[in-house]
Amino acid sequence: MASEHPRANLPTLSLHVPEPKFRPGDAVDFAAVGIPPAGEARRPDTAAHPGDFTDLAYTLVRVLDDDGHAVGPWNPRLSPDMLRKMLRNMALLRAFDERMFRAQRQGKTSFYMKALGEEAVAVAATHALDPDDMCFPSYRQQGILITRGYPLVEMMNQIYSNRGDKLQGKQLPIMYSARDHGFFSISGNLTTQYPQAVGWAMASAAKGDTRIAATWCGEGSTAEGDFHSACTFAAVYRAPVILNIVNNQWAISSFSGFAGAESTTFAARAVGYGIAGLRVDGNDALAVYAATLWAAERARTNQGPTLIEHFTYRAEGHSTSDDPTQYRSAGEPNAWPLGDPVRRLKDHLIGLREWDEDRHAAQDKELADLVKAEQKEAEKNGILGHGLHQPLDTLFDGVFEEMPWHLKEQRAQMLAEETASGRPWDRK
Amino acid sequence: MTDQEPPTTRMNMIQAINSALDVMMARDPDVIVMGEDVGYFGGVFRATAGLQEKHGKTRVFDTPITECGIIGVAVGMGAYGLRPVPEIQFADYIYPALDQLVSEAARLRYRSAGEFISPITVRSPFGGGIFGGQTHSQSPEGIFTHISGVKTVIPSTPYDAKGLLIAAIEDNDPTIFFEPKRIYNGPFDGYWDKPSQNWSKHPAGEVPTGYYKVDLGKAAVVRAGEAVTILCYGTMVHVCIATCAELGVDAEIVDLRTLVPLDIETIEASVKKTGRCLIVHEATRTSGFGAELSALVQERCFYHLEAPIERVTGFDTPYPHSLEWAYFPGPVRIGEALKKIMKDA
Repeated sequence: MASEHPRANLPTLSLHVPEPKFRPGDAVDFAAVGIPPAGEARRPDTAAHPGDFTDLAYTLVRVLDDDGHAVGPWNPRLSPDMLRKMLRNMALLRAFDERMFRAQRQGKTSFYMKALGEEAVAVAATHALDPDDMCFPSYRQQGILITRGYPLVEMMNQIYSNRGDKLQGKQLPIMYSARDHGFFSISGNLTTQYPQAVGWAMASAAKGDTRIAATWCGEGSTAEGDFHSACTFAAVYRAPVILNIVNNQWAISSFSGFAGAESTTFAARAVGYGIAGLRVDGNDALAVYAATLWAAERARTNQGPTLIEHFTYRAEGHSTSDDPTQYRSAGEPNAWPLGDPVRRLKDHLIGLREWDEDRHAAQDKELADLVKAEQKEAEKNGILGHGLHQPLDTLFDGVFEEMPWHLKEQRAQMLAEETASGRPWDRK
Repeated sequence: MTDQEPPTTRMNMIQAINSALDVMMARDPDVIVMGEDVGYFGGVFRATAGLQEKHGKTRVFDTPITECGIIGVAVGMGAYGLRPVPEIQFADYIYPALDQLVSEAARLRYRSAGEFISPITVRSPFGGGIFGGQTHSQSPEGIFTHISGVKTVIPSTPYDAKGLLIAAIEDNDPTIFFEPKRIYNGPFDGYWDKPSQNWSKHPAGEVPTGYYKVDLGKAAVVRAGEAVTILCYGTMVHVCIATCAELGVDAEIVDLRTLVPLDIETIEASVKKTGRCLIVHEATRTSGFGAELSALVQERCFYHLEAPIERVTGFDTPYPHSLEWAYFPGPVRIGEALKKIMKDA
C-alpha cells in the first residue's frame, strides 16, 4: 500500500500514545523530574495582573528545603503552635486513613480511599482558608473535614453506612457531605464540583458576601469539560474561587501523560484563561499554605480566581478496589523526589527545636488510639452488611421535597413485598 | 389564584414568560436569570427582554457558551442559596449539560440527605415546526422524565406558561421547563400552510399581570368529551383540538402540563370514562414519554379499554429540515389514528 501512497516522499503518520517511564519491575529514577530549589520562586503582590507572573505556572513554589529549613519569599512564617496543629492534623488524617483502609480489608465496609502522601494538600490549604469559606472537594480531601474538626465518628458512620450515618446510607463510603463545615456533597462524577464552586463564588460576590470558595480535582480529571467550563466562568466573572489541581501523577492506572503532562504543566492551564496560576510543591505544607493564603487574598480583594497545581504523589492505590502493583513500579512511592509531607513538616519543627522524635512517636500513638476509640463508637451504630441500618422506606426519602404519587406507590410495593416474603429483613 | 384577582392583559407566551421572570425577580432577591444572550439583548426569543435593565447586571447576565458550565454554575448558586433560572437557548443544546442535570442537580437532595438542594428552573425552547432543522427542533423531554429527581413541565398557553413558570421557580426541586416555541406567538392547528394565528383571540392569552401560580402536577382537561381520551402537551394540544373539531370527534383532550409528577388521577378518570386512549407527542416514538403513558393507562384502565391504545408521534429520525412537515405529527396522522381507534365505536 505504501507505494500507492500519494505522498510517497513523506514518512507515514504515526500516532503518539503516552507511556509512563516505569512499569512493574522497573528500577525507578526520578532524576528527570525538574525540582527547582526551595525559596527560588518569586512571590508577586496579590494585586498583580495574572499575565505578569505566568512563569510561576512552570516552576515550583517551595518553602521547605532539603534540610527542613523554611526559606524564600513564600515562607508563611507560621507560629510553632500553628505548625504543630498542622502536623497533628496531617498525622491524624494518616492514622484515620490507615484505620479505615484496614476496616475495608476486614469487610466492615465496601470501599475506602486513602490520601497517603497527599496529606499536606488538603490539610495545609484548609488551615489557610477561613472556617466559613466553602469547599467543593473531590474524593481525596478528607483532610478538610479533619482540619475543620468534623467528628471522626461521623465520618466513620458514613463509611459504614450505619444507623448514625447522616446521609442515611445513600452514598458510597467517603462521599461525605457536611454543610455546617463548609463542605459540599462529594460526587463520584469527576470535576462536576468545579463549575459548582465557581457558581457558589459568583453568588457570594453577587450578594456582596465576604466568603470565598475553593475546589479540588485531580490532574486526570482536568480533561473533563467541566474543568474548562469552570475556568472560563471563573475568568469571565472574576469569581472569588481557588481552583486546585491535585497532580498526584496517577488517575487510577493512567499516568498524568494521559491528561497532557508530557506537553506542559497543569498550572499552565491557567495561562490560557488569563487566570492567576501557581505550581506548588504539594508535599510541602508551608508552600501549600502560603499559596492558598495568597490565592485567598486575591479572591477576597476581588482580584479573581487562582488556579493552583499541587505537585504531589499518590503513594497508595486509587482506592481499596485498586492494585497499583499491576501498572506501576513498586519503587515509585519511596523514590518520589519531594518526599513525605508529614516527615518534612516534622523535620522542620524539630529543626526549630519545637518538636522531637519522642513527642512525634507519642503523638502517633495517641492519634492511633483516638481513631481506634472513635471507630469503636462508630461501630456501635453498626457496620456495612450487618443487617439494614436504615428504615426501608428511607429509600424513597429525598428524591423530591414532597413525595409524588409514583414514588408512594413504589414504596408501598416495597413494603408489601417485605411483608409477603415472610422474612422481615433484619434491621439491627 | 390569590384572593384578589390581579388585573389582566393580553400576552403571547414570550411576554407571559417574561412577566413570570419579572414578577419573581421583584418578589425574591435570590432569583437570578442567566444564559447565552439573555442579558443586554434579552434573549434570542426575547423572553428576557428588559430584565437586565430593570433588575441589574448581577441578576440578569449573559454567559459563556458552555451549557455544562451554565448548569454547573447554577447548581453552585443553588447551594449558596440562590434560586437560579438558567436558559438553555434551544433544547437541542442541553446535552452538554446532562451530567450536571442528571448526576448533580437531580441527585443533590438525595445524596446529601437534604443538606443541599437544587432549586433551579432550566428554561428552554423546544419542539419543531419553525424550520429549525435537526438542531433547533428536538423534543428531548423523554430523557428527563426518565431521570429520578427532576420535574418536567411543558405549558401550552400564555396563562399556563406564566403560572407554571412561577410555580417551578418557587419549587425547591430542579425543574426542566420546556417552552413549545412553535406556539410562542400563537396557537397552531397543525396546518403550516394556513395563515398563522396569534394569542390575541385565545382565552388563555388573557394573563394576569401580577403573581399567580398554576400548580405543578395538575393536568387540564381542555376539551371535555365522551368518545376518546387524547393525552398531549405543548404544541400538540392545539393540533389535537383543531383536528378533533375538523373531524367532529367528541374527544376529551387532556393537556398534561407537567410530565413529572404526572396527574395520573385525571388521566385515569378520563380513560375509564371514554374507554379509548390516544397519546400524541412531537418527540420521537421509541422510548418516548408516550410509551410510559401507554403503559400506565394499560396498567390502570385495561378493563375499561375498548380499543388498543394508539400513539401518534414524530418518527424515529432526526428532525429534518425540508421534510419538517412529513416528520411532524400533524392533523393527518392524528386523524388516521383517531379513525383506527374509533373503528368499532
